[in-house]
Amino acid sequence: MSLLSIKGLVKRYPSDSGAQIDVVRIPSLLVEPGEQILLQGESGSGKSTLLNLIAGIVVADEGEIVLSGENICALSESERDAHRARSLGYVFQNFNLLNGYTSLENVELGMSFGSGVDRSYAKNLLDRVGLGNRQSYRPEQLSQGQKQRVAVARALANRPKLVLADEPTGNLDPTNAKLSLELIQSLCSENGAALILVSHDPGLDDKFERTLELAELNQAGMAGAEGRSA
Amino acid sequence: MRAYEIAFRGICQRRVSSLITIGAVALACSMLMLVWAFKKEAERSFAGANGGFDAVLGPRGSKLQIVLNGLYHLDESPGLMKWDDYEQIARFPAIEAAYPIAVGDNYRGYRLVGTVPEYLQNHYYIDSKQFELQPGGELFADESMLAVAGSLVARRLGIGVGDTFQPYHGLIFNENAIHEEVYTVSGVLEPTGTPADRVIWIPIRGIQTMSGHNPAAASDISAVLLKFKQGANMAGFQLDMLYNKQGNRLTLAWPANRTIIQFFDKISWIDKALQAMAALVAVVAGGSILAILYNAMNERRRDIAVLRALGAKKMTVFSISLLEAMGMTFAGVVAGFAVYAVFGFAVGEVVQRETGVALNPFSGNAAMIWAPVGMLGIGFLSGLVPSIKAYKTEVSKNLL
Repeated sequence: MSLLSIKGLVKRYPSDSGAQIDVVRIPSLLVEPGEQILLQGESGSGKSTLLNLIAGIVVADEGEIVLSGENICALSESERDAHRARSLGYVFQNFNLLNGYTSLENVELGMSFGSGVDRSYAKNLLDRVGLGNRQSYRPEQLSQGQKQRVAVARALANRPKLVLADEPTGNLDPTNAKLSLELIQSLCSENGAALILVSHDPGLDDKFERTLELAELNQAGMAGAEGRSA
Repeated sequence: MRAYEIAFRGICQRRVSSLITIGAVALACSMLMLVWAFKKEAERSFAGANGGFDAVLGPRGSKLQIVLNGLYHLDESPGLMKWDDYEQIARFPAIEAAYPIAVGDNYRGYRLVGTVPEYLQNHYYIDSKQFELQPGGELFADESMLAVAGSLVARRLGIGVGDTFQPYHGLIFNENAIHEEVYTVSGVLEPTGTPADRVIWIPIRGIQTMSGHNPAAASDISAVLLKFKQGANMAGFQLDMLYNKQGNRLTLAWPANRTIIQFFDKISWIDKALQAMAALVAVVAGGSILAILYNAMNERRRDIAVLRALGAKKMTVFSISLLEAMGMTFAGVVAGFAVYAVFGFAVGEVVQRETGVALNPFSGNAAMIWAPVGMLGIGFLSGLVPSIKAYKTEVSKNLL
């Protein structure tokens, strides 16, 4: 049984003229447990919208997204929040660590709304991303690469079945980008989590089992995604 | 990490603005409690500190002035009255006790009150309490050059049994107006919590015949303190009719308590003004909470979106914001009690020093409940708007 199953997914947004236009129109997508997928596409192709739909942050207008046997589209907002905390990890391009919190606390925040805070596991995750000696550092005291590693540890804090990574290397220099990518992939493998990584970096194809071009997957196409960030 | 921990962290992150808000809440809460407590406590204490007397007979003048001068040892006497007047009212059948007093001198700013020794010996200043001398002291005799110091005077001036002093003329201390008589302290009163603590008692003849005083007034007195017999309910009306309506030389201040209560009623605008000020500060504090959290909400939309992306429910981020408002308000209320304790103690000390009346702002009053509850209510209402804003934060638009 697939971990993630998307069928007939449609998301529309109003255009400037007020007409509803399709931003995402994906007839079918399956992701197997532990699978690592690279989702490539140009800016504005609906990549982030698709991730937000899978995460239940944005609600689909049509279709279904079944994750771990649960149709996210049929859940209430509160149930989607709980589902997200339980089943998903999210890595952002801008890391989105909370200022004022240490590395360890940022990881624990990831647990707060899901499985509950497990400090020893949070410390263990920081060890595994090579920041065991930076647990008490705040984001402003960390380099860009270190911030991303904390973000990766946070995404895995609830032992998710699926990790969504939205341009996770976009703000990193090539060396850190390579290290971060390897880290995300290896940690997902270790944890048995599937990975959907969005990037428009063409040099990543050979590092993933499967690469999907959003231009082919998303039938809404570029025209429908105008004005939307991705 | 629980919602209250995240809220606490939010308060700490905006340290300066949070402290200002907490200070404003503390100020408002303590002001409300202080104004209310002191109004009630002052009314209770002053009305209760009538020295166990029902009325005061004095020269023609203001009843309030006669009461303040005769019972509270404040203000000046409106004039002098004859010794015969004292003897006359003392013979009135409904009078249980009448004590003459004479004022006009001081020692280093503390008023000398001349009276008869029976006053300090026999009178019950509260239901079952009589004046008591501290160990080793004794009362003065009628014609002696002895003095009994109130406990507060003795403490402030550091005088005790055996010490001598020369009185100064007038009620305000002027070191050039010294009298030649020398008095010896024969005793110090135990504290009573009444104005008796802040005066020095000497024989009434001492005031009347002090060097420099008008010999023609050597038998005059300032007032007569009156205690009615039990059950003599009509005595007050009869004496009121006799002195206030039919006579025109003297004034009877009766009932003594009512005169003070009427005085407080007359100055009630002061505490109304203070309460209005406190309410204004409370509103400002509420506005401050709203402004701080509202502005913070603008800065923290990304953080809220991140929390939501991590799985926080809308109600969770709403609760975090509201907990921040309530946390700051609660801290302000706690600080308000500390401010109240400090100012309450200080104001109580000043009032006792100036009037001798012991106020107890810590005896508990309704304001200690409604002021904190009111402030928490204001904090809750002020926190609602930014909390609703947090609730409505769109995750996808704020996740960068």
